[in-house]
Amino acid sequence: MNIYLNELLFGIYPYIAVLVMILGCILRYDQNPYSWKADSSQLLRSKGMRWGSNLFHIGIILLFVGHLVGLLTPEAVYHLVMSAAVKQKMAMIAGGIFGIMCFIGLTILLWRRIMDPRIRATSTFADILILVVLYLQLILGLATIPASAQHADGSSMIALANWAQHIVTFRAGAADFVMEEAFIFKVHIFLGLTIFLIFPFTRLVHVFSAPVKYIVRPGYQVVRKRG
Amino acid sequence: MSNLIDRLSYFTASPEKFSDGHGITTDESREWEHAYRGRWSHDKIVRSTHGVNCTGSCSWKIYVKNGLVTWETQQTDYPRTRPDLPNHEPRGCSRGASYSWYLYSAARLKYPLVRSRLVKLWREAKRHHPDPVDAWASIASDPAKTREYKEVRGRGGFVRAEWEEVNEIIAAANIYTAKEYGPDRVIGFSPIPAMSMVSYAAGSRYLSLIGGVCMSFYDWYCDLPPSSPQTWGEQTDVPESADWYNSGYIIAWGSNVPQTRTPDAHFFTEVRYKGTKTVSVTPDYSEVAKLTDLWLNPRQGTDSAMAMAMGHVILKEFHLSGKSSYFRDYCQQYTDMPFLVRLEKKGGRYVAGRTLRSSELAGNLGETENTEWKPVLFDSKSKSLKVPNGTVGSRWDKSAKWNLEMKDARVGSDISPEMTFIDDKDEVVTVGFPYFGNLENDQPIFNHSDHEGILDRHVPVKKITTAEGELLVATVFDLMVANYGIDRGLGCANVAKSFDEDIPYTPAWQERFTGVPAAKVIKVAREFADNADKTHGRSMVILGAGVNHWYHMDMIYRGIMNMLIMCGCIGQSGGGWSHYVGQEKLRPQTGWQPLAFGLDWSRPPRHMNSTSFFYTHSDQWRYEKLKLDEILSPTADKEKWKDSSLLDCNVRSERMGWLPSAPQLSQNPLELAREADAAGLSGADHVVGKLKSGELQFSCEDPDDPKNFPRNLFVWRSNLLGSSGKGHEYMLKHLLGTTHGVLGKDLGDDKAQQPSEVVWHEDAPEGKLDLVVTLDFRMSTTCIYSDIVLPSATWYEKNDLNTSDMHPFIHPLSCAVDPAWESRSDWEIYKGFAKAYSDLCPGHLGVEKDIVSLPILHDTPGELAQAFDVKDWKKGEVDPVPGKTMPNLITVERDYPNTYQRFTSIGPLLEKLGNGGKGINWNTEAEVAFLGLLNGTHYEGSNTDRPKLETDIDAAEMILSLAPETNGQVAVKAWEALGLATGRDHTHLARPKEDEKLRFRDLQAQPRKIISSPTWSGLEDEHVSYNAGYTNVHELIPWRTLTGRQHFYQDHEWMRDFGEGFCLYKGPVNTKTLALVTGHEKGDKHVALNWITPHQKWGIHSTYSDNLLMLTLNRGGPVVWISETDARKIEVKDNDWLELYNANGAIVARAVVSQRVPEGMTMMYHAQEKTINTPISPTTGARGGIHNSVTRAVVKPTHMIGGYAQLSYGFNYYGTVGSNRDEFVMVRKIENVDFGDENPVTEAAE
Repeated sequence: MNIYLNELLFGIYPYIAVLVMILGCILRYDQNPYSWKADSSQLLRSKGMRWGSNLFHIGIILLFVGHLVGLLTPEAVYHLVMSAAVKQKMAMIAGGIFGIMCFIGLTILLWRRIMDPRIRATSTFADILILVVLYLQLILGLATIPASAQHADGSSMIALANWAQHIVTFRAGAADFVMEEAFIFKVHIFLGLTIFLIFPFTRLVHVFSAPVKYIVRPGYQVVRKRG
Repeated sequence: MSNLIDRLSYFTASPEKFSDGHGITTDESREWEHAYRGRWSHDKIVRSTHGVNCTGSCSWKIYVKNGLVTWETQQTDYPRTRPDLPNHEPRGCSRGASYSWYLYSAARLKYPLVRSRLVKLWREAKRHHPDPVDAWASIASDPAKTREYKEVRGRGGFVRAEWEEVNEIIAAANIYTAKEYGPDRVIGFSPIPAMSMVSYAAGSRYLSLIGGVCMSFYDWYCDLPPSSPQTWGEQTDVPESADWYNSGYIIAWGSNVPQTRTPDAHFFTEVRYKGTKTVSVTPDYSEVAKLTDLWLNPRQGTDSAMAMAMGHVILKEFHLSGKSSYFRDYCQQYTDMPFLVRLEKKGGRYVAGRTLRSSELAGNLGETENTEWKPVLFDSKSKSLKVPNGTVGSRWDKSAKWNLEMKDARVGSDISPEMTFIDDKDEVVTVGFPYFGNLENDQPIFNHSDHEGILDRHVPVKKITTAEGELLVATVFDLMVANYGIDRGLGCANVAKSFDEDIPYTPAWQERFTGVPAAKVIKVAREFADNADKTHGRSMVILGAGVNHWYHMDMIYRGIMNMLIMCGCIGQSGGGWSHYVGQEKLRPQTGWQPLAFGLDWSRPPRHMNSTSFFYTHSDQWRYEKLKLDEILSPTADKEKWKDSSLLDCNVRSERMGWLPSAPQLSQNPLELAREADAAGLSGADHVVGKLKSGELQFSCEDPDDPKNFPRNLFVWRSNLLGSSGKGHEYMLKHLLGTTHGVLGKDLGDDKAQQPSEVVWHEDAPEGKLDLVVTLDFRMSTTCIYSDIVLPSATWYEKNDLNTSDMHPFIHPLSCAVDPAWESRSDWEIYKGFAKAYSDLCPGHLGVEKDIVSLPILHDTPGELAQAFDVKDWKKGEVDPVPGKTMPNLITVERDYPNTYQRFTSIGPLLEKLGNGGKGINWNTEAEVAFLGLLNGTHYEGSNTDRPKLETDIDAAEMILSLAPETNGQVAVKAWEALGLATGRDHTHLARPKEDEKLRFRDLQAQPRKIISSPTWSGLEDEHVSYNAGYTNVHELIPWRTLTGRQHFYQDHEWMRDFGEGFCLYKGPVNTKTLALVTGHEKGDKHVALNWITPHQKWGIHSTYSDNLLMLTLNRGGPVVWISETDARKIEVKDNDWLELYNANGAIVARAVVSQRVPEGMTMMYHAQEKTINTPISPTTGARGGIHNSVTRAVVKPTHMIGGYAQLSYGFNYYGTVGSNRDEFVMVRKIENVDFGDENPVTEAAE
């Protein structure tokens, strides 16, 4: 691949995408707080939601955590407990299972969104776009499993982790790590970054508002003081 | 500052905790609350109400935000009632609360629309004929052209048009029609002025100025109970709902109070806390049944059997036993019970004839004026025959003796009317009473008994000597007791000694008809009467459409009225007849009439009773299956009625001046006037001459001749074709000429007997109307069938007035926002027509004379027209004398080029002739002068110096200034005017309010209570709630009837011939519409069910039934209710689709299978819009119809009587009514529902 293009897509584009995401979210939260919502369509039709939504959400959350841990844990740290080859195997198996869960869920959701006239009529362009993009990204992710299998030693995985760690730690030369990697990985990364880019323009923002705090909040009576 | 940054407060002190950490304090931003404040903030609140026919008349706050109406809530600032009475507010219901949805919905009409095929023809015609009237003539005179647009009516194809263009088409059509056929071929239908008086008046003023016809509605809707004019000489006057709270015993009889009188129902509940017992009488387990202490469920349509049995109990236990002196005194003074009835020998028996009059006695009993109209009674003080004060003869003889003082009308001595001759009889004779309970119905759910058709009973009588010789007379009371079948020891077979005998009309006898146990009937009758006796009349019956929509509704109603009158409940607080059907109480009526009918410019206006009109002109008569001998009394001379049909009776009635006619004569009345002038004759003489020679006929004698067609129809404030239009499919076929679902054959195809008075055309005309114009704010079913649809202002976009019979307040409708899109108020729309009319008529119409035929009217001296036998001038039985033996013929001048100037100013006739109503008249110069100052006067043109009527508020001020109810000084004048007839001073009723004058803006500030006026029979004051008949009883003002009293007995010849002299039981009639459709079942399981169409829960008639919010509460489309038993018979589950059909047409709707409904009936909440989810009927191939697709109007001869005191015509007061409940439908399930949306009708949209 062209060096310039490689640098642009994997050295610079990540920063653009993340910056757009951060600024976009702040502005949206400030300027249009009532648009900050999951926009669930369950009220219009609950059919397919139990399986579709749950499988999708469980799958994608675990996939996200897997990517986070897998990519950002420094080599020295995980070598304390396992080798790169074992880690890659774990990643392939766990990713495969969660990926399939997510795939089933997303298939149901996408089918419902497009084929149910009621849901279709109330969907925005972004609602359909985000599902299609996630679907593509998921398929790409699943398609990387055979590519990974060709490098049982985990070399590809190490290269990608290095790229990620260089990006988040603002070190130069991150793009060089993926220069020689399989095309499928590159497409997957590019689309992943694009998801960050379009994130603030879609319903994905509800990720930040998941009511996790509820689990640990203190007190059942919330009051204000006089004056 | 920022939603995000404000949340970044991680370093501030952590929240304070309390209660062991179970509670925490917070100081997080409250900014979010502004969102809710913003949601509910608004720029202004305007008072308005809903101009819908619902009697609610509720005051609402209309919220306006950014120039748009956003929502509405109930107003709660009504004037307080008395300390011992709950307040009227809050008034309103879910339907009204959803109204604002309409304003900006897809259902809203936004632009003038015209049928595309018509406007193409028009534009083409305009190219060849620059004069618009000529252009219209070129279309209307060419059947090929008119068929083009008539045949696609109701099938889409509207395009937007400019106001100027549609006004031109409409005015041109009206002018052409007036010139070619006569102005009485221009017809307008708009109902219930009380809903929005100014809007009604806009159209009726326009029509009246051009000589068009205003159609009645109250009778057509079958909301008019003809029994009320029969009994009281009053259209309907009822207690306000607050008076329920004064009652001690209430029967809700066929009135579903919580569902259909929602804002008033609280009084019904509240009075129960005082210990009042409530009873409901409904065949189905309706909402009111749940609310009452006892539910009686007679089979639908058999209520008169139960009422007769209750009357039997009351008469026997309270009157004959002498138990109640209150009842006796009341009946002696306020009813016709003591009046004398002539007995006529028929066969071996006597039958009751008409009442004895002073003219028949030696020396006229000393009377000199109107002696044929002074009924006679027997005075027990002087032991002689007397004419008492208060008879209709006294009303018009200027003797000032028209009152209910118990005095001899001639010498003024006190009298004590004798009620019965039982102790002082000359003889006991056998009198035959007709009995109809033995008639078999085609449908097995209606039972009959085997008693004879004439029941012979013994009656005590007196012998008197008259000019004709010796005569037997009996009191109404004695005859009535015999009619009720109560044994008085006079010895005969057909009377009952006990309630258990199966003799008409005992409680045991009624069981077979109603299914209600005798014991319950006895118990309720006893309790009802006992309460009335102890409280002096505080027993009440609330009744309504449920029992009024049967062919023989008079018997049901009179049965109930008899109970109330016998118990002295009429005219007493907390008692009486509470008939609530339709918002008929136009409280400032006498102020409104001059505005509405142009009485300030020309009199009389043209009015028509709609039932007879539609029966005749939509050719429903051509399908008539009910024969006279099925409804004639067994005591009648059948030979006399041999060749007659229902329509023949109506034709005779019109000819004899009883009912009105429209179109009136077979020749253009403008042309007749010109001929009269040329011949040097008066208009009346000329017409009489031509009628007598047979050169001229009444239009009704040949309704299918094109020269007698109604040509132009205006519909406004109405959904004529989507709501109460009985015989919907016939209207589509014959009036509109479009796709229809009529399945039956007409009398020609059926080889049945045809009317003898009417010309029969082998081919019935289709598409009689050349132009149908509808004004509405929403795309109703009627709009869909019209040629021109005009967008009118909604109830939040115009200024108007609204009143109800349920409460004494007058409400405004206010312009909260300007009419949206291109809509205009009705006032502005008709003003536009008037302008176009004035502009276009030169060259076609100038100042013209118009001969108006006017029936003999009630409440005028003319009502003393035909005292004895019925005589038809056409048969040579009597000379044709206008106003006496035939309609009045009055020449009216019309200044056509100045129609607009007349429309927009108050004319001079009010100063010249005064104003008034219901038989009284007063000078109103001061009020007209005042209006000149208030509204300003015109300063140029033909109406210079006349007070202005430019705006809807000007019009409202005219109503308020002229009406006694809203102007205290007029009220005093009105009571003074009444005093001239009664010889008593009534002005004390209005003096305390003489200076009170309501203006339009006063009403906008707060709803105002009206002022007591002689237009109505109740009082609005600090001491009593409004109660009908109150001034009759307490001010001794006579009822406006033959005797001046409440009538138990109807002595007109036709009444006796049809067996309705006394009240009796008549079951539903055979409409025979199922026999004609046998063979359509195609092997499907089917069941025949009685077709019942009660009022809605999710709409007020058709309004709101297409409103998304209301549709959401029900099933989002047409539904019918059927019983579980009937559903099983045809294997139908809840929500399945059904087809219901008979000879009249078909309906498709979903089934609501419910325990509420008894076996044998199906209910469709009436007026569900055809525009919402209505599939195609597999049987007719037409769209599955409205509830009236399976009905047809069937007229009743007794409703056609006229020229006879209280039985004289009045607009919406008397006349034929559109009953529809005797009908049956065939019901079956349909599997494949076709909405007909596969193949949109594109050709119509060309």
